[in-house]
Amino acid sequence: MSALRAQLRAEIALVRRNGEQLLVTLGIPLVLLGFFSVVDVLPSDTPEAVDFLVPGILALAIMSTSMVSLGIATGFERSYLVLKRLAATPLGTRRLVAAKTFSVTIVEIVQMVLLVGLGLVLGWSPVAPNWVLVVGAVVLGTLAFAGIGLTLAGTLRGEVNLAATNGLYLVFLLLGGVLFPQDRLPGALQAISDLLPTTALAEVLRDTLMSSGDIGSAWFVLVAWAVLAPLAAVRLFRWN
Amino acid sequence: MSAVVVQDLVVRYGDTIAVDGVSFEAAFGEVTAVLGPNGAGKTSTIEICEGFRRPSEGTVTVLGLDPFARRSELHREVGVMLQEGGVYPSARVGETVVQYCDLYGRGADAQELVARVGLRDRAMSTWRRLSGGEKQRLLLALALAARPRVAFLDEPTSGVDVNGRDDIREIIRELAAGGTAVVLATHELDEAERLADRVVMFHKGRIVANGRLNTLRAGRSSVKFRSSAELDTEALSRHVGLAVERVQFGVSGEYVIHFTSDDASMSGDLVARVSTWLGSMGLPLHDLAVGQQRLEDLFRELTRGES
Repeated sequence: MSALRAQLRAEIALVRRNGEQLLVTLGIPLVLLGFFSVVDVLPSDTPEAVDFLVPGILALAIMSTSMVSLGIATGFERSYLVLKRLAATPLGTRRLVAAKTFSVTIVEIVQMVLLVGLGLVLGWSPVAPNWVLVVGAVVLGTLAFAGIGLTLAGTLRGEVNLAATNGLYLVFLLLGGVLFPQDRLPGALQAISDLLPTTALAEVLRDTLMSSGDIGSAWFVLVAWAVLAPLAAVRLFRWN
Repeated sequence: MSAVVVQDLVVRYGDTIAVDGVSFEAAFGEVTAVLGPNGAGKTSTIEICEGFRRPSEGTVTVLGLDPFARRSELHREVGVMLQEGGVYPSARVGETVVQYCDLYGRGADAQELVARVGLRDRAMSTWRRLSGGEKQRLLLALALAARPRVAFLDEPTSGVDVNGRDDIREIIRELAAGGTAVVLATHELDEAERLADRVVMFHKGRIVANGRLNTLRAGRSSVKFRSSAELDTEALSRHVGLAVERVQFGVSGEYVIHFTSDDASMSGDLVARVSTWLGSMGLPLHDLAVGQQRLEDLFRELTRGES
């Protein structure tokens, strides 16, 4: 237990110290939500843009923290041989993953509070939200994106991982139904979008927060990513 | 029981054989130096002992355990110092040592450790702001945080200044005196000479010498001197009655004559013959020294003729 506590303390200290990364993780979603709620230039399926944006931006925030931040930090830890050194302590993989999961969860809680708070200030009104399912969706999304982030971090060199993770972030942002409805995409891109974890998480959150009632196979896609991506990480991850 | 036992170890990377059938042991309370130039197979061997990878062939036991299969048990009692890196650039010295003391949970006092490696004034500095020598000190502290029964230290004094080297050597000696089996990987033969009780000398993935330092050097002596660069080594070797390959020419006109004997009279005789011959040839003689062969000379002798 003391090993887990020690590692958790170190993870939180690093998150705090990597201020620029934290700013991107917290700042970009807040700016996108604020800007596109006030400047109504994007298509949405709701009378108020903010009602469409909040669930999508929450999905984006989860992706930023559990895929981008976690993946890039872990990739560099691998390059700097931090993981190799930790592998020679009694910590073990399970406690390392648990410590990283806790630190990601703490950042996500802060993100949720800030984004939901800003959304409410901007006039967002949830419709019969099911908070239990919201938490379930957040957990599944975190598993899916952390699995993707750690798969890349555990197989690619630090700099390549940085580029690949940021590239994927951009693709998921554009095609994932975060800022505008994904059914506005051309046919081929829409077919790809249907299979993305971002699209699935955004749709599930819209359903659970706004009772949109139109989620198709999104839960199935989200669960599939939440199972397969961590499995891929466990199988492919290399400590050094 | 030996702390570390390596038997017929082979390490392959694809078609390349990095370590080719090596065997050696390391005992508690001793410093065992694993020596050799870069690329000789030292780090591959040490990493197998640390449990980072499986041997291609052969067996390795550390504290009686298979280091790969039983690494979670082993890592509670084994201290590791990597050749480089291992700390996040923005991590602070003090908190990193605290983290590792807590990870091992064996009662090491973080503040005491930071002071012991001479980093008390740098406790709040981040890794990226440390000098090369300070980084080595911190990595050593992380190995000591385990209060290890076995410590694997890879190039512990690399990049460290003279005073820092003395400090690190003192800590390593104390560690061994406390009963820890210290396995020291280094390419600096001089370092091993100062610290090691036992030497395992690698060359191209094989062991060329293995034994106690004194035993390896016993009966191997040398006469060193400086003279003109034009000296005819063949003529000198004929004069002193030794094979020509026993006379080596080094940098700055330095010559070394190797001979196998502990007989002091032979040293005296050899010195007399060398000085007489140089005098008769009208060549200068400077910095004449007679003594036990150094590891560096031994390594040259054992690997002579191999590119």
